[in-house]
Amino acid sequence: MAETTSALPGARFDGAVLIEEAGLRGMITLKGDLAATRLHSAATGVAGVDFPGQGEANCVGEHGLCWMAPDELLILVPYARAAEDSAAIATALAGTHHLVTNVSDARVIFTAAGPAAREVLAKLTPADLHPDSFRPGQFRRTRLAQAPAAYWMRDAETFEIIAFRSMAAYVFDLLVGAANPAAPVGRY
Amino acid sequence: MLILRCPYCGIDADETELTPGGEAHITRAGPGSSDAEFEAYLFLRENPKGVHFERWRHSYGCGKWFHAARCTATNEVFGTYSAQVTAPPKELCQKISGKRPGWLSRWLS
Repeated sequence: MAETTSALPGARFDGAVLIEEAGLRGMITLKGDLAATRLHSAATGVAGVDFPGQGEANCVGEHGLCWMAPDELLILVPYARAAEDSAAIATALAGTHHLVTNVSDARVIFTAAGPAAREVLAKLTPADLHPDSFRPGQFRRTRLAQAPAAYWMRDAETFEIIAFRSMAAYVFDLLVGAANPAAPVGRY
Repeated sequence: MLILRCPYCGIDADETELTPGGEAHITRAGPGSSDAEFEAYLFLRENPKGVHFERWRHSYGCGKWFHAARCTATNEVFGTYSAQVTAPPKELCQKISGKRPGWLSRWLS
């Protein structure tokens, strides 16, 4: 059987911040009533983290829960567990109105790490990334230049960015351009 | 540049993260309607200088449709509200009346 690879294996750029492709990650889209107890326990049971509030992401290691929309959750798990975990959620929610899909192979994850990470991202997104407005734990679906993307902060200097796999090269090139060490902004 | 607060995810979304959906609260003229009613549904739109109710979609975010009230002359945003209503909420209309005394809309005749 063919070996599965991520979109841009080993892609890396060390500029104003360190841009890296984070490799394969299991991602499960779960739609349904986010207020339902059964959905809560199914999602937290798989991810092993607290259920996020509106606009939040709770991520520990390769696991995480991200609030995508009032009726949509993104569950992060290790890649090898994605198929098994989505089946487990489908079993746990059987009979309730929901939708669960393994979207691991449709996405790419990048990390942008360094003290200038906010600035690099702010060059590409219309969202307000001022430290008062966007803090670790918050999750934002928006765009990077022309590509839909979502990101959150792992800590005060590290962003994790999700984009569509088909746009991986475009998003990586954007990040590399924005992280050009010759073009600092000094805003934040 | 407009910034609209999505009533579903609470995010202040930039205009470029949104897709405009035209005038709000249009009633669909279905089968059995007259030609004049169908024409009005399909083609006839308000084009005010002032208060306007619009539909927007948070397309780069949660993907939900919502409503917004905006002044077309100054781009002042009076508020945003749920898509699951057929007319602007009363509080919003009162707020607009405070800022634009005597404003008119075909929804408040």
